[in-house]
Amino acid sequence: DGSLLFQQVPMVEIDGMKMVQTRAILNYIASKYNLYGKDLKERALIDMYVEGIVDLNELLMHHTFQPADKKEQHLATIVDKSTNRYFPVFEKVLKDQGQDFLVGNRLSRADVQLLETLLMAEECKPDILAKFPLLQSFKARTSNIPTIKKFLQPGSQRKPPLQEKDVPRVMKIFH
Amino acid sequence: MAGKPKLHYPSGRGKMESIRWLLAAAGVEFEEEFIEKKEDLEKLRNGGSLLFQQVPLVEIDGMKMVQTRAILSYIAAKYNLYGKDLKERAWIDMYVEGTTDLMGMIMPLPLQPSDTREKNLALIIERATTRYFPVYEKALKDHGHDYLVGNKLSWADIHLLEAILMTEECKPDILSAFPLLQAFKGRISNVPTIKKFLQPGSKRKPPPDEKYIANVRKIFNF
Repeated sequence: DGSLLFQQVPMVEIDGMKMVQTRAILNYIASKYNLYGKDLKERALIDMYVEGIVDLNELLMHHTFQPADKKEQHLATIVDKSTNRYFPVFEKVLKDQGQDFLVGNRLSRADVQLLETLLMAEECKPDILAKFPLLQSFKARTSNIPTIKKFLQPGSQRKPPLQEKDVPRVMKIFH
Repeated sequence: MAGKPKLHYPSGRGKMESIRWLLAAAGVEFEEEFIEKKEDLEKLRNGGSLLFQQVPLVEIDGMKMVQTRAILSYIAAKYNLYGKDLKERAWIDMYVEGTTDLMGMIMPLPLQPSDTREKNLALIIERATTRYFPVYEKALKDHGHDYLVGNKLSWADIHLLEAILMTEECKPDILSAFPLLQAFKGRISNVPTIKKFLQPGSKRKPPPDEKYIANVRKIFNF
């Protein structure tokens, strides 16, 4: 009925707009609620971190959709990329700055998105953070932020991982 | 005092081209250091310049920026091509993500075997003419302005022009059903900085040829 600009979801009705395109929606929310840094340079840093996190997140998301014969190989790729490309970056940021948050000594979308992805990665391999002590404490600390803590509790709007048995149903909606 | 931005990438379009477009449209002169062989990429990686071991890399204002979208957002904001407020930014972001998706379909074509390529080309033409171009045609029709957002040149206009030209390279008459986009194309191509970028001798890169593709495969190992 004309609600989807490019015929795709997500679609979020917010402040009189029918917003589509995940990144556009996230940018708007982050700016509106002051989770996007205090100036252009902090935004640049947040954007760089977030784009890396999103790349890893996408890799993790695809794992459920892998055919059975490709799953093991895909998991190896996830572990390799997580532990060699992405996690070391954020471990180093936390180490170099010695602060609780990734950017500007203040909670930003980068912290929220990193936590989401860390939890998702652990769903693939529970000990995936074994070599990253600062990410482990980051995870605990950020999970305790009241709004986030509430979201992590049962009964919130957080969704469970997609189960393999539900994949055909999801595919049918979109194809 | 910061010098000119410096771009690190092979001498071809890829993911760096949108960045070249935006800098050029903003009237910003930039330097390029081309990655011509695997060793050049390894040197950048080993030197710690690449946050996630990937290019594009743009050295700008004392930062070594990576991630195409992060770089584009920074340039757009810095040079006032990102709207005047949050809502205009939201529209620019939505439009840019659409043109990114469209160009993202076209970019890998030269890498694909010819049967897949033919199928994907048909899909690109279908998506361009039924999903993407109608949106921008309607936006221009609804407000009757020269530009997509806020009656002022923005990143969305520059990105759309790049997408139109790239799609025309796939099918020259692809705008035949879109009169307002045709006029838009003429108008935006005539913006002085953009006109200059579209002339021979600028830093705009040509579509990839077989030699370029072969070299890129070697550099990035795929």
